[in-house]
Amino acid sequence: MDIETIVNISLLTMLALTVVVLIRMKSLLAIALSSGVYSFLSAGLFVAMDAVDVAFTEAAVGAGITTILLLVTIAITGREQTVSKHKRFLPIAVITITGAALIYGTLDMPPYGDAKAPIHTHVAPHYLTQSSEEIGIPNVVTSVLASYRGYDTLGEVVVIFTAAVGVLLLLGNAAKRSGRKQ
Amino acid sequence: MITGYFNYWVVIILMMMGFYIVISDSNLIKKIIGLNIFQTSVFILFISMSKVKGGTAPILIAGADVYSNPLPHVLILTAIVVGVSTSALGLAIIAKIHRAYGTVDETIIHEQDDLQDEN
Repeated sequence: MDIETIVNISLLTMLALTVVVLIRMKSLLAIALSSGVYSFLSAGLFVAMDAVDVAFTEAAVGAGITTILLLVTIAITGREQTVSKHKRFLPIAVITITGAALIYGTLDMPPYGDAKAPIHTHVAPHYLTQSSEEIGIPNVVTSVLASYRGYDTLGEVVVIFTAAVGVLLLLGNAAKRSGRKQ
Repeated sequence: MITGYFNYWVVIILMMMGFYIVISDSNLIKKIIGLNIFQTSVFILFISMSKVKGGTAPILIAGADVYSNPLPHVLILTAIVVGVSTSALGLAIIAKIHRAYGTVDETIIHEQDDLQDEN
């Protein structure tokens, strides 16, 4: 086993353990911080899998901004979690069946790291061989994001704008109203 | 066999644990966290598919000739940002619900709704 495989397996195991601990936690503050740990571990895993751009976005946005948003919400709503008795059987049955079906589905997939997988034979070789001539940026991810698939990025901006408008409509208006009461 | 599919199987376990939080927990904030776990596991699935054995990060440099696939990286960059947008919107709705009901627990919210229907 080479070092890459060991790093990969240990990071994935740590991710799974984090979620197991998170499910059993009762304090919302601890849950929010463990979800930050989960995001940060997954950022480490992205580095191990050569996705450096994804890793720093996940570390900054996933582990940073999402954790801050969660902490702000917990500050507003209170950190105690009321323990309610729920039926455990049905959810466990649902996830077992869904998980088994998905694992059966993965058996048709090309193995991890296979260079001959269909995903690597369509447009990716074009991006890797032609982008330095066509776009002139050494980082291929940037070339694809800003140039070849620029429309996707435009769509992403529209999504962020819509979400920002939604959040402002939900919270801004109510803050004004409660301000008037005082 | 094991190392070839290990990533995919752990991704499915993570996905199902996130899904379990979403459907079994009655706290709305924890549901959003479950959704985030589900989302990140999908990111790991995509990035696992982009990895090429012996490859390096897709930044063109002299001396490297095997690169991992850049296309899933781009898709996941977009997905991370979209994921944060949806979480922010969900948390804003939760803050609003807390203002109206005084709780973020689904069971208590349903109880309050039932009481209101009876009156």
